Amino acid sequence: MSRKDRLSGNEAVAIAMRQINPDVMPAFPITPSTEIPQYFSNFVANGQVDTEFIPVESEHSAMSAAIGAEAAGARTLTATSSCGMAFMWEELYVASSNRLPIAMALVNRALSGPININADHSDAMGARDTGWIQIFSENNQEAYDNFVMAYPIAEHEDVHLPIMICQDGFITSHAVENIVIEDDDDVKKFVGEYEPKHFLLNADEPLAVGPYSVTNYYMEARRAQAEAMAHVPGVVLEVAKKFESIFGRHYGLIESYRMEDADYAFVLMGSAAGTMKEYVDGLRKEGEKVGLVKVRMFRPFPAKEVAQALSHVKAVAVLDRAESFNNVGGPLSGEVLRALFLQKVRCEAADYVYGLGGRDLLMEHVRSVLEDLKKLCAGETLPAFYRYLGVRE
Amino acid sequence: MKFNFKEITSRDDHLAPGHRLCAGCGAGIAVRNVLKTLHEGDHAVIGNATGCLEVSTYMYPYTAYTDSYIHNAFENAGSTMSGVETAYRVLKKRGKIDDTYKFITFGGDGGTYDIGLQSLSGAAERGHDFTYVCYDNGAYMNTGIQRSSATPMYADTTTTPTGKESNGKPQPRKDLTQIMVAHNIPYVAQTTFLGNFRDLYLKSEKAIYTEGPTFLNIMAPCPRGWRYNTEDLMEICRLGVETCYWPLFEVVNGHWILTYEPKEKLPIEDFLRPQGRFRHMFKKGNEYLIEAFQKEVDKRWNELLEKCE
Repeated sequence: MSRKDRLSGNEAVAIAMRQINPDVMPAFPITPSTEIPQYFSNFVANGQVDTEFIPVESEHSAMSAAIGAEAAGARTLTATSSCGMAFMWEELYVASSNRLPIAMALVNRALSGPININADHSDAMGARDTGWIQIFSENNQEAYDNFVMAYPIAEHEDVHLPIMICQDGFITSHAVENIVIEDDDDVKKFVGEYEPKHFLLNADEPLAVGPYSVTNYYMEARRAQAEAMAHVPGVVLEVAKKFESIFGRHYGLIESYRMEDADYAFVLMGSAAGTMKEYVDGLRKEGEKVGLVKVRMFRPFPAKEVAQALSHVKAVAVLDRAESFNNVGGPLSGEVLRALFLQKVRCEAADYVYGLGGRDLLMEHVRSVLEDLKKLCAGETLPAFYRYLGVRE
Repeated sequence: MKFNFKEITSRDDHLAPGHRLCAGCGAGIAVRNVLKTLHEGDHAVIGNATGCLEVSTYMYPYTAYTDSYIHNAFENAGSTMSGVETAYRVLKKRGKIDDTYKFITFGGDGGTYDIGLQSLSGAAERGHDFTYVCYDNGAYMNTGIQRSSATPMYADTTTTPTGKESNGKPQPRKDLTQIMVAHNIPYVAQTTFLGNFRDLYLKSEKAIYTEGPTFLNIMAPCPRGWRYNTEDLMEICRLGVETCYWPLFEVVNGHWILTYEPKEKLPIEDFLRPQGRFRHMFKKGNEYLIEAFQKEVDKRWNELLEKCE
């Protein structure tokens, strides 16, 4: 039986991990993801799982051990944040290029410096080209549901790629919400057993992993990886459909909120989507025809779906929770504007950086964005390609 | 443990011929002979830090290993094998596999003394059941002979070149074997290629078949970096041992045992002279360099003798 419970995002993800009962979990503490391995260590200590937990001496070793374990044939997961994942960066590429379906709970946090422990997406954006599937969660329920769906996506025979399930540090990882936790057996059945075809510990077929590949093979390896990534959207939708049929909650690659007749659209990811839904409702009450497109899957990027959702708007504002230092805009706007261009959707567009290091997104910020969009539609130009929201200039 | 040279040499190799290591390279000799000690019927997963050995033995699509093999990166051979070994334990516990596997990781001195030290230290402290073998050739040979913390004092390397103001590497080498002993792991040993390889064989077998983390440090000369004639490899190793530059010993559960004591300790010049990387030490006026090197060797040898008493 499913049950309702008051849980933090970290606890919800840890429960999903307990229900999955993976083979191996190497992890290293870092705020705000530390609670996940803590909760999990308790599950191990109390015999609620028979997973082998490896208390590694760094995040680099966490991902290195995860690669070793997964290559050996073990279903493996880990959790980290911020500088922890930055420290894994090299290994993220090794994991994906070896086609190892490792699952990672990424609790998004700003990167140093200055050192800051609060939410933004710079960690995930730094890993956007590493070949990992990236799914963002709006709230605790989504963090849980997305983690339950992680392995069926990653281990799918057409995919075989690592996956990171992102949630915003503290905002969802530590805040407690009422969420639905599904029955242990139902989750186990949904996730299924891991039966890798090729693995190091198969005595019938010794396997070599991690070759040196010179110019005459490297490009084909990358191309094969890109091909696997091309299969991801279909599989994500297939898994979401099955999830909905069993557990009743619907998920797509994106979520459109009050977009049907919207003239102005906001595009963003993560916990700010919940905040933005409130603001959209408020502005709608005032007669503003605004809507929200929440990007759930950032890698691979659902370009067609995003462009289609925005095909009828006069103007779009992309809100980036990460800085790209390119003088043009954040990483999400780069993806969205390319999608619009390639799908021949013509509308006004502007980009904003918000919420860095845990700063709140306020209604007054959103109002100023809407004013900008109206100015653009009236033929005015904005002083810069992008600007910061709620910052002391 | 028995040592039957004829029987051992007749065993199948776990490292197949056709790999791309240089003639006279110690790394291939180390791997081939360490893996000869695997018992019949036992499977192995071979780990490897990035380095000469890795790029020469697993160049896609060819592997020189008859066993399963994993290379991950330069600095994480220890933690990578932690994951493999843990997977073995859990898959066995869950009844998914029933074969016996041994886990043996090879790394050069750069990947072991330097960039991979943390990863190795973590794996040793956590007690994974595996053997880490360092093939110590005393520099970053794969990238073109740059100094490492295993490089001996005064060696001429491409980042410690000799010149008007330089006599090569100023610092003496790190003693990694002692550092590994300080991890209180059940077996640590130092060996090299001598005679019929009895010493290397016995230590390798002990390391692989001792439960828990074990460490072998093998002096494995590099003809390019050390600048000796390839056919002199065995002689260089012998001189390393007879001069007490590379003493042979093992530490079993914290108990230090000297496994070979030279009848007559040779002067360090005998080890240094055949190697091009020390040529500048033999220039007139540089006698003090040899004296300083000898002093360092003596100091370490005497300390070792004390530990082994």
